[in-house]
Parts: sequence; C-alpha cells; structure tokens
Amino acid sequence: MVYEVVVTKKAGDKTGNETGGKSHRLELENTAEGWACRFDGQPILIDAVIARRDVLSLLIDGRAYEIKREQTTTDLHMWVGNSCFAVELRDPRSLRSRQKAAGNEKGPRQIVAPMPGRIVRLLVAENSSVEAGQGIVVVEAMKMQNEIKSPKKGVIKRISAIPGAAVNPGDILAVVE
Amino acid sequence: MHAAVPAGKIRAAPRVQMFKKILIANRGEIAVRIIRACHEMGIATVAVYSDVDRAALHVRKSDEAYFIGPAAASESYLRIDKIIDAAKRSGAEAIHPGYGFLSENAKFAQACADAGLKFIGPSPHSMEMMGSKTRARQEMEKAAVPFVPGTSRGLVSPEEAEEVAERIGYPVMLKAAAGGGGKGMRLVHTRKELGSALESAQSEAQRSFGDSEIYVEKAIVNPRHIEMQILADEHGNTVWLGERECSIQRRHQKVLEESPSSIVDPEMRRRMGEVAVKVAQAASYTNAGTIEFLVDQQKNFYFLEMNTRLQVEHPVTELTTGLDLVHLQIRIAAGEKLPLAQSDVEIRGHAIECRIYAEDPDNNYFPSPGKITLLLSPSGPGIRCDSGMYEGWNVPMDYDPLLAKLIGYGSDRQQAIMRLQRALGEYFVAGIKTNISLFQRILGDADFQLGKLDTGYLDRLLAKDTQARTSRAAEHGASEKTVTLDTIAAIAAGLFAVLDPASASTKNGSVGSADSTASTSVPSNWKQKGRSEGLR
Repeated sequence: MVYEVVVTKKAGDKTGNETGGKSHRLELENTAEGWACRFDGQPILIDAVIARRDVLSLLIDGRAYEIKREQTTTDLHMWVGNSCFAVELRDPRSLRSRQKAAGNEKGPRQIVAPMPGRIVRLLVAENSSVEAGQGIVVVEAMKMQNEIKSPKKGVIKRISAIPGAAVNPGDILAVVE
Repeated sequence: MHAAVPAGKIRAAPRVQMFKKILIANRGEIAVRIIRACHEMGIATVAVYSDVDRAALHVRKSDEAYFIGPAAASESYLRIDKIIDAAKRSGAEAIHPGYGFLSENAKFAQACADAGLKFIGPSPHSMEMMGSKTRARQEMEKAAVPFVPGTSRGLVSPEEAEEVAERIGYPVMLKAAAGGGGKGMRLVHTRKELGSALESAQSEAQRSFGDSEIYVEKAIVNPRHIEMQILADEHGNTVWLGERECSIQRRHQKVLEESPSSIVDPEMRRRMGEVAVKVAQAASYTNAGTIEFLVDQQKNFYFLEMNTRLQVEHPVTELTTGLDLVHLQIRIAAGEKLPLAQSDVEIRGHAIECRIYAEDPDNNYFPSPGKITLLLSPSGPGIRCDSGMYEGWNVPMDYDPLLAKLIGYGSDRQQAIMRLQRALGEYFVAGIKTNISLFQRILGDADFQLGKLDTGYLDRLLAKDTQARTSRAAEHGASEKTVTLDTIAAIAAGLFAVLDPASASTKNGSVGSADSTASTSVPSNWKQKGRSEGLR
C-alpha cells in the first residue's frame, strides 16, 4: 500500500493556528512482525489494532497511542490525544487524485451549510456581484445567527437556500462563480 | 462516592403515600437524571418529547413517553396545556419540571395544582415572589437580608436613575426586574453613559421578557458568584446544604462550578446558610431552592436572587453532602418531613462540575449541533457523568447546547482537579464540536488552581494569547519521541483506510476528504465570523 498524505495541524488543542500541510509518502506493508511502514523513507515498525470503529490502537517501539478518527462534512480528522490533524489521503495511482492535487480553484464554488440549522434570510440576490467574504445567507442554530460568506469574488449563479427551510451539513446554499 | 451523612443519621420518615408515577416536563441530561432517581425509588416515569426528540435519551430511558408537538420549545416543552394533558392521559400524579423551560413558571405550577397534579417544587406564590427581582428585593428588605445597595423598585425616570446612581456611587449596574441570563443588564461607569444605557436596557428587557422594568444597584467590582443550596419541607423545616462557587462564567452563563468555594470558611458558610434559610422562610419556600449571592473582595455577601428550582450544578452539592437532591425533592413533594436536621449536614471533600456544551471553542463558541459519530465517556474513581447524549444521536439545533455534566470528586480540591483532568483526557466526542478542551485549559491554569476567581476570570483566560501556549502533549512529543504526532496522524490515516475503511471509504482515490470545490471555503468562513465576533 502506498499513499500520499497531507497532514495539517488543527488548532484543536489551542496550541496555535493551523500548521503543516506538507505532503508525505507513506508505505504500509503487513508482515509477520506487524506493519512495516516507511514514512518519507524512514522505516517504522508498528503494531496496529482497531479497538472499535473509528478507534485505532498503535504500539510503536513500546509507546502506546490511541487515535480517533472523525469525518466531518469537510475534513477527515485524526485525533492523537488532544491534538487534532486534518488528513488528506490519496492513492497516487488514481487519476482523479492527481487532478485534485494539482488544485482546482477556478470555476464555480458551492457554498454549503457547515452544520444543521435554519435559513433566516438571504443577503444577496441571484446574479448579483459579491466580494470575497461578503455575507450570502444567514443560518440560525441553537438560537445563534451566523452569516455564511462567499469564498471568492464573483457572481452569484444560483441560490438554493430558502428562508425558513431547515438545512443539513453539506447542503448547498448557493453557487458563486 | 461517599456518604457525608452517616446512614444512621438519616431518620426513617413516617410513611406517607409515595407517588407511583411522575411526569418529567423536560428533556436532555436533566430529564435522564430525574428518570434515574424515580427508577431508584420504584416510581414509574413519563417522558414528553417534541418532533426532533423521538430518539432522545430521555425518551429511551422512560417507562412511557408522549409526543407534545413541534421542535420549537414554544410549541412543545413550553406548552402547559399539552404537558398537563400528557400527565392526565398517563395517570401521573406529579410533575417534575427540571430546570429551564417551565420550571420557574408560576402559571405552570398553578395549572398543575388546578389539574390535581403535584408540582415538584415550590408553591406558585413563592415562585411569583422570587420571579420578580424587584419584588424579591422588597421582601428581602423586610426580612433584613443583606443585598446590594440600590433601588427595590423599577426606575420611573432617567432623573431618578441619576439621583440613585449619584447616591450609591458609580459604577452602577442596571438590571431588568424580570431578567436573567444577562439580558437587559448594563454596567455604567459615569453619569454621561447613564441615559443611553437605561434606554437600551429598557428596550432589551422589553424584547426579552415583555417587561421593560429596570432597577439600579451598585456594581460590585470583580465579584464572585456564590450560591447556597437549601431544602425546605412542607412542615416548616428548612436546611442549608453548603455553597457552590459559580464565578466561572461566559456571557453570564455558568461554565464550571465547585463546592466548597475556596474563600468560604465554616464561619462564613454558616452565616450565608442562615441568610439563605431566612430568605427561603420569608418566601414560605418549599422544596429545593438556591439563593445566589454576589461576594465582594472583602468577602461581604449580598443577596442577588433566588432560583426556585433544581440547579444544573446540583451534583456538586450531592457529592459533598452525600445527599440525593432529586430523591429528597420527590419525598418532600410527597409530604414527607426532611429526614435530616441542620446539625446532620456535613460538608466533606471537594466536587467540581464541567458543563459539556455542543459548541466550538476554536470558533468563538458557536453552537455545534449534529450527529455524534463517536462517544468515549470517562469513568473511574471520583468521576460522575450526567449525560443526555449517546453515540449515533443527532443533537438537535433547537435547544440549549448543554450535552452532559462531568463531575469530579476528591478528598480535597487538588484531588478533584487531578481526577477531572484525567477524566477529560478520556472524554472524546466526534461528529460535533464540544468545549471539552476549554476545561483542560481552566483546570491547568495557575489562577484557577490557586482559587483566584471572579466573574471576569474566564474572559481574561480566553483573551490570553493562544500562540504562547504549548500543550503538554506537543512538548511531550517533541522531547521524547523520534516519531512526531503529525507522523502518527499520517500513519494512522493510512492504517484506518486499510483496517477500518467503514465511514471514510476510498472513493475515487480520495480517502475521506469531501469534494474540495464544495468544502474548502466553508470552515474559513465560520472561523472568520468567529474571529470578527471575538474582536467585539
């Protein structure tokens, strides 16, 4: 198994801002002694057990780690103790993965609901020009109103959010191009 | 955990007719807490639930459950008629209101009485008296209870406000008579600010409570918020059960509570307790209640208000007194005499409660409802976890974000802190954000460990530069290991993909990361919003 892994430290334990974002090469091979791993070429022997779904127990040279996996609407998180890392895992043989790694910031961008809530009101109309960071939709959850902003400068191509409607995480609220 | 009151001291009460069935007019962790107490006492329970709470834990734990309407609390948990109707249909004899919702609504207590149901709490009369802060002040004035200098009646004009403020001295605090939760509250430092502050407080009070009455009192600088638990039976007996230190607050909402308070000695405790009993008796109070005090830097304490219900933070008192307050509430409501006298009450050890909220500490504590994909709960010595959540449950967006309360008990404060720190390390919730990491910061903070607290403590802690801090885990990683934590995370991601591909399936070569065109912009939006809010 060969993966390309991008690890970004999240501010989960409040040690600072997000850091990292470097790409690494990870090779995994199941052997009689455990998982023979090469991380950017460095060999590490690992004893790995899935304790339960989303919980991985690792023993590395006698040291114990428990890692929890969390899939959010936007990221894959690995929790090591209090520290949280956003991880992107790619199979470098995959075409799509290579395209993605090359970046695709052009073209239409969807604005999605990051958590469940209720649409309170729209702040812009379709076909209007918006600046990056401009408020598009107001969503309310647990009695707090939050403005969802445009990720980029452009024109609002479509608004699918309907005032009063409930939304789930990942629901598309608008498209900006 | 321990019994501060030796079993022999709790007198067997003369037999009264105990309830056979109780309806719990609440949801979340407190409904579960009350259901547990009922089951311990052999009493059947009736839950009520809204549209979004069919699968909630309180419904799962209850013997019976009745649907009472749509998600909005105003159409379900606040509907007196529907709750009384559910009680009648189920044949419940009593209603426990929990906290929040209808718990301090005198009309609800009256409606229960009118329907022949026992309301587990004080009389409507006591609730009304304590529900209006100005009326409560008038009564306490009569009973010679110390309270913060100011007016005991609503202000009639800006001129009167100026006159009173001048007399008691700035800074002053404007407060809504019907208030709570910091709404309609304004701190005023100078005469110049007074007029506009009064106006905005009045309009906020009108909007929040439908009542624009505002009174003024002297602002206590850097006060502590300390409260005293009392229990009163319906035969004229009232006891106090020790204080709770509740100074750690954010936006006037309590976050962490402990008992005893670091600054209260036995003598001060006795004086506070006696004043609290006097307050309760002045209101002909029955059942469990809490008298809140502001305490200044000279340890003078002033009556603030009375909460006529069970408090969120009641477990810390349960652990330090060895009493079960919900059991006692039910027994008092059934007509029993208090099974203990004041001399039987003994405060032993130390307890601290952390309120676990569904909110994002990295994003200005925005609410974070959603599905809990993984839940690992702490246990072990000295740990109690009162929770309303479970793995796989969808935390609805419609209610208060309190998920659970983690309470640590120890023979002294330091042991309680150590146990809580250990338990917080075991606690893990995925799928939604929680404030668990906040408690690690508080418990590890030097001022907290020294007991140097006031109501401004948490704001100061949160304002401290986050860049400067280094977590113990990270230091640990750098100094002792050749394998860094980000390497561990990367390797774990690969091993998960091989060994446990369940939720994060390898689709199209992209493991577990959502479509980037849809998603990359969103977290930064929320973060930006949070940061701009944080600057206010």
